[in-house]
Amino acid sequence: MPREHYLNASYGIRSWLLTTDHKRIALLYLVSVTFFFFVGGVFATMIRIHLLTPEGALVSPETYNKLFTMHGVAMIFFFLIPSIPAVLGNFLIPPMIGAKDLAFPKINLLSWYIYIIGGCFALYSFSTGGLDTGWTFYTPLSSIYSNSAVTPAVIGIFINGFSSILTGLNFIVTIHTMRAPGMTWFRLPLFAWAHYATSLIMILGTPVVAITLLLAGLERMFHLGFFNPAMGGDPILFQHLFWFYSHPAVYIMVLPAMGVVSEIIPTFARKPIFGYSFIAASSIAIAVIGFLVWAHHLFMTGMSTYAALAFSFLSYLVAIPSAVKVFNWTATLYKGSISWDAPMLYALGFIGLFTIGGLTGLFLACLGLDMHIHDTYFVIAHFHYIMVGGAVMGYVGGLHYWWPKMTGKLYPEALSRFAAITLFVGFNLTFFPQFILGYLGMPRRYHSYPPEFQVLNVLSTAGASILALGYLLPIVYLTWSMRYGKVAGPNPWPATGLEWKTDSPPPTENFHVTPVVDWEPYDYRNRPDLGLVAGAPLAPAHGDD
Amino acid sequence: MHRTGELYGQFQTLEQQKESATFGMWIFLVTEVLFFGGMFLTYTINRHEYFTAFGVGSNTLDITLGTANTIVLIMSSFTMAMAVWSAQTAKKKLVPLFLILTLALGCVFLGIKFVEYKQKFDHHLIPGRGFDVSYCISNPASCGLQGKALEEERAEVEKAFTSDPDTNSHAQLYFSLYFAMTGLHALHMIVGAGLIIWLIKVSLRGRFTPQYNTPVEIVGLYWHFVDIVWIYLFPLLYLIDRHR
Repeated sequence: MPREHYLNASYGIRSWLLTTDHKRIALLYLVSVTFFFFVGGVFATMIRIHLLTPEGALVSPETYNKLFTMHGVAMIFFFLIPSIPAVLGNFLIPPMIGAKDLAFPKINLLSWYIYIIGGCFALYSFSTGGLDTGWTFYTPLSSIYSNSAVTPAVIGIFINGFSSILTGLNFIVTIHTMRAPGMTWFRLPLFAWAHYATSLIMILGTPVVAITLLLAGLERMFHLGFFNPAMGGDPILFQHLFWFYSHPAVYIMVLPAMGVVSEIIPTFARKPIFGYSFIAASSIAIAVIGFLVWAHHLFMTGMSTYAALAFSFLSYLVAIPSAVKVFNWTATLYKGSISWDAPMLYALGFIGLFTIGGLTGLFLACLGLDMHIHDTYFVIAHFHYIMVGGAVMGYVGGLHYWWPKMTGKLYPEALSRFAAITLFVGFNLTFFPQFILGYLGMPRRYHSYPPEFQVLNVLSTAGASILALGYLLPIVYLTWSMRYGKVAGPNPWPATGLEWKTDSPPPTENFHVTPVVDWEPYDYRNRPDLGLVAGAPLAPAHGDD
Repeated sequence: MHRTGELYGQFQTLEQQKESATFGMWIFLVTEVLFFGGMFLTYTINRHEYFTAFGVGSNTLDITLGTANTIVLIMSSFTMAMAVWSAQTAKKKLVPLFLILTLALGCVFLGIKFVEYKQKFDHHLIPGRGFDVSYCISNPASCGLQGKALEEERAEVEKAFTSDPDTNSHAQLYFSLYFAMTGLHALHMIVGAGLIIWLIKVSLRGRFTPQYNTPVEIVGLYWHFVDIVWIYLFPLLYLIDRHR
């Protein structure tokens, strides 16, 4: 361990709550998003227990509506959206590009406080009766008819949006202006490219959902009629505006996870990444095309056939850059010297689950088929494969990959692999039955179901309990490792990224001397400083305990 | 991060710092465009849908006050640009002077806006239970309406009600959007005024030089943006289908 690093540079509660160090802010975010993950997780657990029996085992129908709404709000707005960008992105982008900090450290801290204030409003809503509109806040239910605590939740999400905007703004400026000498655009880690694309969506999409929720909130508070058909307003306009952000928001969640996977795969395959520029460009392509597909959420709501055709076509189109990534990762694995460390297990899990999630997305983009499976459990299974199988797998995998960098400590290798496999098995058992349920016609957001669906629902609940174990294990051993783990050293895997060139944990300024980059990215064939030389037998990455 | 003079610790040079700050403000303005964009879209769709009712609402606005405010705001943009120019060309005395002028013009704008809001309040044009688009026709005295103006307004409102029996509710939609859009714009003006007060304090200490004037420049960018929003709001809310 280095004698002085960012964790022991100063002490006391003020040195954390008033810090402008991006690494400490990342840890503040780590703690707070984990908290919201558990809040959302508790709601998910109650949903799964309730659905054990056809008539519903646990709560009243009204409470069930609140449970799935609060599960969605907590998980999407307060966990998934900030998870990878605000924790891993915040921590890693400056050292990855050779900067001392983000361009605007105070704004970075401000964004965390905004997140906390928004989160408090959401918690206030949850604890004063909850809300029952669905996380989509469709009007006029949310603006007129719902008797639940909609207003504080809308205010919370509105406020929280600015946290996301400021993070995106900070990343874009930092990547443009703070790169170290020699760190050209095409030497940037793919993680940074993915975050650049994510930030574009954050700054272009989030303001739209903010104004939409503001209008819906004003409508609720002052009985205005923007989206109320009784007063001449247009509820479908709300849906268009809402999904203009909320579909791209899916890419806010999954693009950073793709960035994580692009870092992990070459490290544990000991090979340069295949098609660097294609992976970089596909991130931007996903961000751009992702803005043009929102109305596929409205195929069944009422839209002209020609508009539906166009949006269906564009939704198919966004699959191409996603597939480019999957093919390039697979090609990187080909003839690689693969080692099965925990981060690699998560990355491989991501590829498989994301592929299933992506392909079932094409089912939903198909106009005729969507009519059959719209608003069924097929949709639930599809987006959980993307968001849990994709984004959360990427997040947990990234935490494992960079944990030695963040804390300077290694975690128990065997236990972490066991946790990764538990998570993978639990996830599939939870959500694969839901594909079948949806295809058979079980609608989403219902508190009860016909008895013939019980077997699949019980399987799903059983899977959820395994999944929960898969999440609890890392929390236990990662926390344990901070005190008792073996010292990691600056580059335990070893990996080629610039962030591995500095101490673990890094000093407050990230590097003692401003680094100069004179190597190509992911050059696992030509890095004598890491013991990696062309023609030499492939050395496996960090091996067994 | 430690700060040496004007240079914050995360940057290597003042040029890098200035480039980052300016670029950051431009990106922020992009988000603002999207933020206002949602409202402009909602307005445009409803304007198209309820053209006559929105025309009735629009024609009650005071074109003289609206035009005066437009001129005031364009002038404030000019004085703001002059403040930036003074800072860049080392005219230290002029910087606070132009900033104070900008602030004063901004306050004039807000004052006129307040008068307009008050008028709408008196004329029962605030969305809610008391909203009545025909109030001025039934109570011409309390609106100061008489003679030809009264007859014209009566004719227009009656015509609107024949083509669209829900004119009252749709005109209320117009005013909901009017207050939401101009209100959000006014809120941005108030934030801008706060920033200018801060700039005046700093500039009175003579801090802005040709080498270091980024704060004036980026607040200037923001101020011009807020002006441009009004340049779009004015024709959309006041001028379309104006015939009185």
